[in-house]
Amino acid sequence: MDLKQFMGQSYRYQLGSKTYQFTDLAELMAKATPARSGDRLAGVIAESAEQRAVAQLLLAEVPLKTFLNETLIPYENDEITRLIIDEHDAEAFSVISHLTVGDFRNWLLTDTASTEVLKQISAGITPEMAAAVSKIMRNQDLILVAQKCRVITAFRNTIGLPKRLSTRLQPNHPTDDVNGIAASMLDGLLYGSGDAVIGINPATDNVAQATRLMSLMDEVISLYEIPTQSCVLTHVTNTLECIENGAPVDLVFQSIGGTEKTNSSFGFNLAILAEAQQAALSLKRGTVGQNVMYFETGQGSSLSANAHHGLDQQTCEARAYAVARKFDPLLVNTVVGFIGPEYLFDGKEIIRAGLEDHFCGKLLGLPMGCDVCYTNHAEADQNDMDNLLTLLGTAGCSFVMGIPGSDDIMLNYQTTSFHDALYARRVLGLGAAPEFEAWLEKMQIMTNAGLAQLTNHLPPAFAGSLNSSAVRYYRG
Amino acid sequence: MVEDKDILIADEYKADDDMVTHNPWRQLRQFTAARIGLGRAGVSTPTRESLEFQLAHAQARDAVHTELDVESLQQQLIELQQDFPQINLQPPLVLHSRAIDRVTYLQRPDYGRQLDETSFTSLKPYYSKPPYDLALVIADGLSATAIHQNVVPFITCLLPILIDGIENFSLAPISLVKQGRVAIGDDIGEALNAKAVLMLIGERPGLSSPDSLGLYMTWSPKRGLTDDRRNCISNVRQAGLSYATAAHKCLYLLSEARRLQCSGVAIKDRSTEKILDSSAVQTSFLLDNKVDRKGVNGK
Repeated sequence: MDLKQFMGQSYRYQLGSKTYQFTDLAELMAKATPARSGDRLAGVIAESAEQRAVAQLLLAEVPLKTFLNETLIPYENDEITRLIIDEHDAEAFSVISHLTVGDFRNWLLTDTASTEVLKQISAGITPEMAAAVSKIMRNQDLILVAQKCRVITAFRNTIGLPKRLSTRLQPNHPTDDVNGIAASMLDGLLYGSGDAVIGINPATDNVAQATRLMSLMDEVISLYEIPTQSCVLTHVTNTLECIENGAPVDLVFQSIGGTEKTNSSFGFNLAILAEAQQAALSLKRGTVGQNVMYFETGQGSSLSANAHHGLDQQTCEARAYAVARKFDPLLVNTVVGFIGPEYLFDGKEIIRAGLEDHFCGKLLGLPMGCDVCYTNHAEADQNDMDNLLTLLGTAGCSFVMGIPGSDDIMLNYQTTSFHDALYARRVLGLGAAPEFEAWLEKMQIMTNAGLAQLTNHLPPAFAGSLNSSAVRYYRG
Repeated sequence: MVEDKDILIADEYKADDDMVTHNPWRQLRQFTAARIGLGRAGVSTPTRESLEFQLAHAQARDAVHTELDVESLQQQLIELQQDFPQINLQPPLVLHSRAIDRVTYLQRPDYGRQLDETSFTSLKPYYSKPPYDLALVIADGLSATAIHQNVVPFITCLLPILIDGIENFSLAPISLVKQGRVAIGDDIGEALNAKAVLMLIGERPGLSSPDSLGLYMTWSPKRGLTDDRRNCISNVRQAGLSYATAAHKCLYLLSEARRLQCSGVAIKDRSTEKILDSSAVQTSFLLDNKVDRKGVNGK
């Protein structure tokens, strides 16, 4: 079959006397996407439930090879498309190259698609293939296949081993007060949180502030010999400057999107990410691995930047994973419910998006975690987050957030708490990263870290700092 | 027997103490409003802390969905204006965005940025009038609660310094907008023929701050301007930035805008730049453990 015949051709489906027609692959993908408010806002959502179901039937018939020939954003106009096409591994793809999207779903669900095989073909899958198949998968399919994917990364500990769920300790403070941040850090550490990273979103975003916060975390990690890494979630160019100034940078952070235009609205391109990765690698601060990048993503960012090229938001999101995998990240975090109800309206849409992102990321070979979260103007609550956390824990999610009492007092949204992570570890039998687990027991924070059993007394190593907090730092 | 219900409830919680493990580091709340040291029942959040969270979320949800009480606000503003006879303001204008209700508003930010047809037409008489220096626009945004609680006391602080003889600003009628987003202020400012617009809008409610008022200033407001043309003052509320401080920041921004004939990134709020340098504590209690480990008496 000459695949070129698909180029520029429309997709048609006859249902009884009714003919459904879709102009191109981008429209077919958008119309096949489970309903969400962001696609409605963009005007790309299916006009009826029947049109969506028909689009899914048609999409299932599209050969995977089509995605290599019919690019959704032109090769000439977008460096992410060029990245996807230029870095595509034809040999890895050969195993699945004869399949349609519908066949691909069946194949992923079979025992043939084992952990080892999924790893081997990962570089042969493009983000658009992953997005397409996810659109015709139910939530349980997304969980089952993601659970088979294994992505292991390392810096000062090892993330993504079987039966593990790591946490990013997120000790944000509205004025970046060092004692306010330290108080939340201590709370988190004493609840066993922080093996993925200790990561601060600075309230004041500049190089001086980032350096201050990096030094604080670096000193805490050194003093208590914590097998973990730190990150200040500032712009990549700030982190580059921090490295040049000799600041203790473990991980380089950047928010990324799935189109070149999105990323230029974020103020970076692939060359800047490459430069930052090399700079961080040159510091050689990792002890058990050298994955030095931390990326955050989230459906809706391209539309928000008016840079979505008419694509649906989930396809844009999957394309961001092409950017991520180019730079061997330690962590990729989809911040699923932060963007607000104009993109993901309610708990149902947030849960679906979280499972899609985790699945697509893992299939593409990324250490995928999820900020299981919502804002107060979304139709969602703690119960929805309990559901998503439990589902993602089951799906083998690499990490979630940890924050005091679910309340981020700087970013004004709710994410998973230290308690929530312990709930998930207990109910699903998951441990922290092994190096961190050993540390928790050594420091007498947990009596049995494998069972998430906390000690009932104040761990002695931290008693001194609590006393000094009461005396020298009191400012009541 | 004790009859006071509060005491009975407190006693019940005391009786639960052997089920709840308390955290001695709760004392660190002196440093942060974060929900640290919650304690635990098993590994889960204790009942009281869990229900307190639910209460905070309920308040934030109510703030999002409470309808702006336009009649009451209009009345209060008319009464307030009577205290400033030299301003001689007309009664507030009541306007509505294209978002017909809250559900539409939440899903269609584009509708919240435009006036509906009736409101648009009602502003036509102002097109040919001589320009005003400033239009104040009040919109519910994501928290009508923020408007109900903060707008009148804030304007009470703002009005006198706008007309104190040093910086005199002629004022357009105040606009009250239902289902409005920030950018709708630019449309209204343009329609009212105002040189600047100051938008007073309910911010996205946080769990611990359901009542936060945001202020956005645009010089030479026009439809289609983006965020980089605005200056923002955030977190104006009783437990946040005080009304008097916010009013002075506004005056500063408006004066600078008038001097430079622009707004947005070109204007720096110098008062906030100082904060970083002066209040920066360089070390933390968590690092003071060093002293103890070396055997020096840190206390």
